[in-house]
Amino acid sequence: MFEFIQRFFGKPASSATAKERLRLVLLSDHLSLAPDVVEALKHDLVEVISRYCEVDVANCDVTFEHREKQVAMLANIPILSLRSRPAPPPPGPPPPAVEPDPVPVAAATKATHAEGPRPPRRKRRKNVAGTTTAPAT
Amino acid sequence: MHELMHQEAAATSAVPRKRGRAIVVTSGKGGVGKTTTTANTGAALAATGASVVLVDADVGLRNLDIVLGLEARVRHHVLDVLEGHVTLDEALVTDKRVPTMRLLAAAQTREKDDVDTAAFCDLISGLRDRFDYVLIDCPAGIEKGFANAIAGADEAIIVCTPEVSAVRDADRVVGLLGDERSVKLIVNRLRPALVRRGKMLSVDDVNGILRLPLLGVIEDAPDVIVSTNRGEPVALDAASPVGESYRQIAQRIAGTLTGVPEIPRERSLFEKLFGGRK
Repeated sequence: MFEFIQRFFGKPASSATAKERLRLVLLSDHLSLAPDVVEALKHDLVEVISRYCEVDVANCDVTFEHREKQVAMLANIPILSLRSRPAPPPPGPPPPAVEPDPVPVAAATKATHAEGPRPPRRKRRKNVAGTTTAPAT
Repeated sequence: MHELMHQEAAATSAVPRKRGRAIVVTSGKGGVGKTTTTANTGAALAATGASVVLVDADVGLRNLDIVLGLEARVRHHVLDVLEGHVTLDEALVTDKRVPTMRLLAAAQTREKDDVDTAAFCDLISGLRDRFDYVLIDCPAGIEKGFANAIAGADEAIIVCTPEVSAVRDADRVVGLLGDERSVKLIVNRLRPALVRRGKMLSVDDVNGILRLPLLGVIEDAPDVIVSTNRGEPVALDAASPVGESYRQIAQRIAGTLTGVPEIPRERSLFEKLFGGRK
């Protein structure tokens, strides 16, 4: 009867809880057991960000945190300065950039959402961390 | 019997030697039923006529002998052989119920660190020349004992119960076994009634995570406990449903049975009342 009441009030079956807990713990186990993969990921992350910013490579840190309901990647990548002209991407699939002009990070990240070509923004932002700030329209 | 001994004598001297399969039974976690699985799978394989040797790699915590009911007949152990005190044949115990099955017991008063991995590996290799199947009962843990037990094996059976701790450890062990070994799964101690009520991980839940070829599923049944109490492998009990599960596992290992393994279902009230075994 108690079981029925529990089910009625939507408490998940304990096997479902077990399954979800296992999924998370194994994800986190696998990440901590594959340091080479994490190292490769960190290298690639730094490489991509370095195209736009000068990065303090020695102090970069990528960690994974097992939280209540998810495993999160925490990347701490100190930025020394913004590049005035993004370095050319390595050979491979072309970037989705529309304009050949130098585009600051903020504009570049938003460019994919823009409906049309955006005028080049040359003004350098002081707030380096605030790369997600939407440009005024 | 005579013919069998003759065959074996021929196998030790004759040139065309067998190349038997060395299979390690492992789990990472302790208490999930590795020894019971080794004993019953070995007995079921031997009952089909194949020659089988069971090797207890759990040095210091010898148990395969008692589960098989052979504890009173063990005179020498694996370290006696490795250290050259006795010959292999002196240490092997023949099972009287299934004469194609032999046991090589572990040393009880020694430690896992006393076993040299390369020497143990050579021993397994030598056994493969004489037997169709070499089943190695791996100790719990992932330390030296585990390293010794897996060294000579080119196949592995993971025993996993439907519990978060067992699944996590099994996942870890699969990673340690490496890609060069064939790894298969036995889900042990399933309780179908609990699975139906959502109170136990199902076989699909377990294998959704481990993603291994499934050899079989063993129900958590009193038969297993009773047979272990008596030292009579349940796999040799023709009337036992769990014994049948072990026999099917043996057939799957031998390749004579294919298709998806049967998952034990909950018995009806009628079956419980009239089909139960004491």
